[in-house]
Amino acid sequence: MKDFLNSWGISLMVFLPLVGALAMLVVPKAKEQFHKVVALAASLVVGFIGILLMTNFDYDASGSLQFVIDKAWIPIINSRYIVGIDGISLPMIALTLLIVPLCIIYSWNRFPEPKNPKAFLILILILETGMLGTFVSQDLILFFVFFEVVLLPMYFMIGVWGGEKRQYASLKFFLYTLFGSALMIVAFLALYFLSDPIEVGGQLMHSFDMRILPELATGISTGAALWIFGGMFMGFGIKVPMFPFHTWLPDAHTQAPTVGSVILAAVLLKLGTYGFIRIAIPILPSAAEKWAPFIGLLAVIGIIYGALCCLAQSDMKRLIAFSSVSHMGFVMLGIATLTTFGFQAAIFGMVAHGLITGLLFFVAGSTKDRYHTLDISRLGGMLKSMPHMGWILGFSVMASLGLPGLAGFWGEFPAILSAYNPGLGLNVAFFRVLMVIAAVGTVLAASYLLWMYQRVGFGVPTKEYEDDPHLHDVTFTEWLAWTPILVLIVVLGFMPNIIFKVTDGAVERTIAIVNGLGG
Amino acid sequence: MFNMIDKVWIIPALMASSFLVILFFGKRWGTRATAGIGIAAVSICLMLSVIVAGNWISRVNHPPAGAALAAEVLQANGLTPQTGENIAGEVNAETHDSGETVAAGSHSSTSEATTEASASEHGGEHESVPPVVRTVTWFQIGGMEFEMGTLVDGLAAMMLITVCIISLLVHIYSTEYLHGDVRFTHYYAFLSLFTASMLFYVLSSNTLQMLVGWELVGVCSFGLIGHWWEEKKNTDAALKAFLTNRVGDIGLILGVIITFFAAGGTSFNVLHINEYALSQGANTTLLLLGALCLFGGVTSKSGQFPLHTWLPDAMAGPTPVSALIHAATMVVAGVYLIARLYAVFFSGLAIGSSTFHYVAFIGGFTTIIGGLLAFVQTDLKKVLAYSTISQLGYMVMALGVGAWTAGVFHLFTHAFFKACLFLGAGSVSHACHHTFDMREMGGLRKKMPVTHATFLIATLALAGIFPLAGFWSKDEILAGSASGQDNAYTIMLIFGLITAFLTAAYMGRAYWMTFWGDYRGHAKPHESPKVITVPLMILAGCAVVLGFTNFPKSFFGFKLPGSFTTRFEHFVEPTFAFPPIQHAPFTPWLAIASTILAAGGLFVAYQYFEKNRGPHGLTSRNKVAMAGYTFLENKYYLDELYTGVIAGSTKGPLARAANWFNQNILDGIINGIGLGARKIAAVVYVVADQLIIDGAVNGSGQGSEGAGQLLRKIQTGKVQQYASILFAGAVVLAGVLVFVV
Repeated sequence: MKDFLNSWGISLMVFLPLVGALAMLVVPKAKEQFHKVVALAASLVVGFIGILLMTNFDYDASGSLQFVIDKAWIPIINSRYIVGIDGISLPMIALTLLIVPLCIIYSWNRFPEPKNPKAFLILILILETGMLGTFVSQDLILFFVFFEVVLLPMYFMIGVWGGEKRQYASLKFFLYTLFGSALMIVAFLALYFLSDPIEVGGQLMHSFDMRILPELATGISTGAALWIFGGMFMGFGIKVPMFPFHTWLPDAHTQAPTVGSVILAAVLLKLGTYGFIRIAIPILPSAAEKWAPFIGLLAVIGIIYGALCCLAQSDMKRLIAFSSVSHMGFVMLGIATLTTFGFQAAIFGMVAHGLITGLLFFVAGSTKDRYHTLDISRLGGMLKSMPHMGWILGFSVMASLGLPGLAGFWGEFPAILSAYNPGLGLNVAFFRVLMVIAAVGTVLAASYLLWMYQRVGFGVPTKEYEDDPHLHDVTFTEWLAWTPILVLIVVLGFMPNIIFKVTDGAVERTIAIVNGLGG
Repeated sequence: MFNMIDKVWIIPALMASSFLVILFFGKRWGTRATAGIGIAAVSICLMLSVIVAGNWISRVNHPPAGAALAAEVLQANGLTPQTGENIAGEVNAETHDSGETVAAGSHSSTSEATTEASASEHGGEHESVPPVVRTVTWFQIGGMEFEMGTLVDGLAAMMLITVCIISLLVHIYSTEYLHGDVRFTHYYAFLSLFTASMLFYVLSSNTLQMLVGWELVGVCSFGLIGHWWEEKKNTDAALKAFLTNRVGDIGLILGVIITFFAAGGTSFNVLHINEYALSQGANTTLLLLGALCLFGGVTSKSGQFPLHTWLPDAMAGPTPVSALIHAATMVVAGVYLIARLYAVFFSGLAIGSSTFHYVAFIGGFTTIIGGLLAFVQTDLKKVLAYSTISQLGYMVMALGVGAWTAGVFHLFTHAFFKACLFLGAGSVSHACHHTFDMREMGGLRKKMPVTHATFLIATLALAGIFPLAGFWSKDEILAGSASGQDNAYTIMLIFGLITAFLTAAYMGRAYWMTFWGDYRGHAKPHESPKVITVPLMILAGCAVVLGFTNFPKSFFGFKLPGSFTTRFEHFVEPTFAFPPIQHAPFTPWLAIASTILAAGGLFVAYQYFEKNRGPHGLTSRNKVAMAGYTFLENKYYLDELYTGVIAGSTKGPLARAANWFNQNILDGIINGIGLGARKIAAVVYVVADQLIIDGAVNGSGQGSEGAGQLLRKIQTGKVQQYASILFAGAVVLAGVLVFVV
């Protein structure tokens, strides 16, 4: 079993969704039931393989890559098919494996116009391959390919199944992210050419191997390293998204179909933050040190700015979208401190935000299905019309504002804490100022979320919806899709070690690399 | 008696399960079962808490010694035996001569220094008894393990009992008060959750855990204030409470972080932090900063000026909730925080050697601020709410002047008589068509004799009339301010004395307006049923007797045997990781002065409100009086400042500006780039592609026309837009890399 997993596990997990998609491709789209079952089965089998990998994962050695596959891929540029899982990628993989089947279940009998479950589900499966691939890649080119694979299905998802302004939103999303990607690939290439070569089969060649690049990149001059980091910063920062490169996000979220929003918020945004932790910072720690104050500043501006924008929104979904800008600011602040505490907070924050904001988007989607609007001023009294849904919304609001005892807290508090003592030679006073501002952000988060809840959940239904028969409470598929998230938010809130313990070894190793090579 | 102190986690866990059961099955099982589950759970918790207190008492009477003590100390500090071996040995040696006064030496170990300090303070009265700490690993970061656990000492045990008793009475009382309420089950679910969170909070062994409990009680408060959420007024109050507390929480979060790093950045353990604060080399600047930040949290949670404004609004919730959460338990969480981390405050604010500092001043100031506002209220519950603010100020002031026991003792006694007053007000309202307006009451003493009697007792206790509970605790606070540590805290003493007068006067006003004169309402008032009156009687009984738990060593020369005096101090005041504080003896002149003031206050209220004597109508004749009245009526205009100016400008102009910037500037740039790129692309297409390249292609022969067509197809539409951006970006960065670097 272990042998099998070691040589095949990750590849199977990453590519099985594609196999499912291929199978669906040859069956006519009229057979909707078949497509649904195949898609769900594929995502569940993938999940099962993921569980096998996780149960066979050696948690005492979470700092080192496991189930590594290292095969020749594009020999001419010495780009290899290297995949592996360590403590940092594991939670992200788990999150992906959870969210995708839940999205398929949620969509079961409510595919947005123009329906076509076949195409919709194929896109989701391609997305899954792309996301999982990104989290397991250990080669820059491979990483880039998976990173880009994600782009197209999401583009179509927004562009075809989205709201009224889907054309504009999808294009903006696509172009903006692609722009970042272009700079990122240039940065990767520069890194490739400027780093020290290694001996491969008797000749010296440059390498894309993320495992050894920190070592190889030490020779790069400071100036070049700063520019290369800048390229990566644009690629990853746009994806996160960091202020001021976030404007694609509210439009994409507002226009995307519910499931698209959920996947976008829960996993896609994390590709950016993951890139910082996995690639940019460990490979170029000295450049990271120079960039860190700038990143920290943008992160904190994002926290406050995103929150203020939330307060000005009248559309529930757009409000949640802006809250992502604010929340991802905490993640980036943690990363910018270059400390174990900060990185741990960031990874926890990524998972927590994925669950909580994913849930919020689910609820917003279901709200839209029933009210046919998300205009906050027209909603009201959800607790009265749909008590369960009102409670779930209230719960996710509390989780989202970082209530201790729920998952969101563990992304927020340690991030603020880490800014007290930033790593390497970072300016302590500067980061403490950021810490205080970030703490103020928690008040704003509570304000906009509770303000929204007061208008949506509390009160009595408006005339318009007083006896609306469409306002039925949470359905069976909704319960099925939401319960795991609800449970996880509570469990992670009280037992944060479920994630911290897994990531600790890997984060410590990363920080050790940063401290050893940087400064 | 079996040892409950090790398994004290069962108590909050029990309430948490009660919450879950009610949440999931309450609706199905009906109201009777719901209330029954809640009541049963709290009753068991109360019994277990009594056992815990018994365990603690026997522990104080028979303190651990030798190796057992050393092991306990290690556990209490959250140290592993390897790192703590030195300390273990030294503590072991030290406790044997705890009877002697050891001069502060040059010992390196912090825990030892504390043991010395407390040993010397108590002059051999009793040995240093470390709290019982039981922990499990909570999470791990950077190879460091952080623990979660329970800490039981006298303070925690006292809080356990207080919370459980009042929670139990409120549970019982509510079966009648909320009879037929639409959300009966939700109400009981929240009561259980609140009790669980509060117990979790008081048992916390580290500051991070306290933060969790702190926020959880806040959420329950939010949910219960907004219990009748159909009305916007109630949800506004709930939001105000939560958001105001969040503002204070900034301070709490930062305070937790600062104390964590000050104490070495390895542990959130309360005792560890306290010991650091008492150690020789402690960074007092950091401690001061930490203490002030923590006090930010106290300011909002415990209704201190200027963040007290949420508390009166919180009265929008059901009255039993006001009694439990907004009078007896949750609002004292802040006071408890100071008491728990006392070493931090003591060292940070130099309580021992100063005569004035921020915390003591705010406490004293709040007593007056709250007391004055209570005069202009017509709503009985609001009188009590402002009174609570005022009394919380008393407690904070007591802790501020170094009178730890007095402050905590007042917390204890106040919980009972204030709960009695709130539940009494609820009983009155229950009888008078759910109004709390005192203008529609009057003459209720004959119609509701039991409610009247209990209310009167609690009023006198609050006013500090001998020999009721409030007299003893308030008097200790005044004595503590008068003697201070090295110097007297004179200003605080004056504040305290003024408040003694104010308290009696506004309570007198409320009492006479409610129970005397003629009935002015339209209902037919009647005495409430037993479910309501029995809790009142129990609480009134407590208001009578609890003051004697800390009977002074010498009362006007009258001396009881040692085992009957200052019991509260003996069992509740920590002796471990606790600063050396001096206890003010009973001060006869102060007791007499404060009693005269209190009696005077009652007398003035009686003359003015019952006999209608004195300068009535002064506010309409005198401009200054009028201005003062308006100032008070508008609650010092703080609400205008917060809601109107601060919240209003954040939600209004500031948020709108941010959104405008987002839509027009940031997005404008992006759209502009997109548009520009498209224009450039068009030019490129027309000039370069069509004229030059295509011309060449065309010229090169007909055969390639098909390819040109294809190319053109690709280049029309949106694709060229991103291609050009991508290309431009790549060129710029490549150029930079090639030429600049």
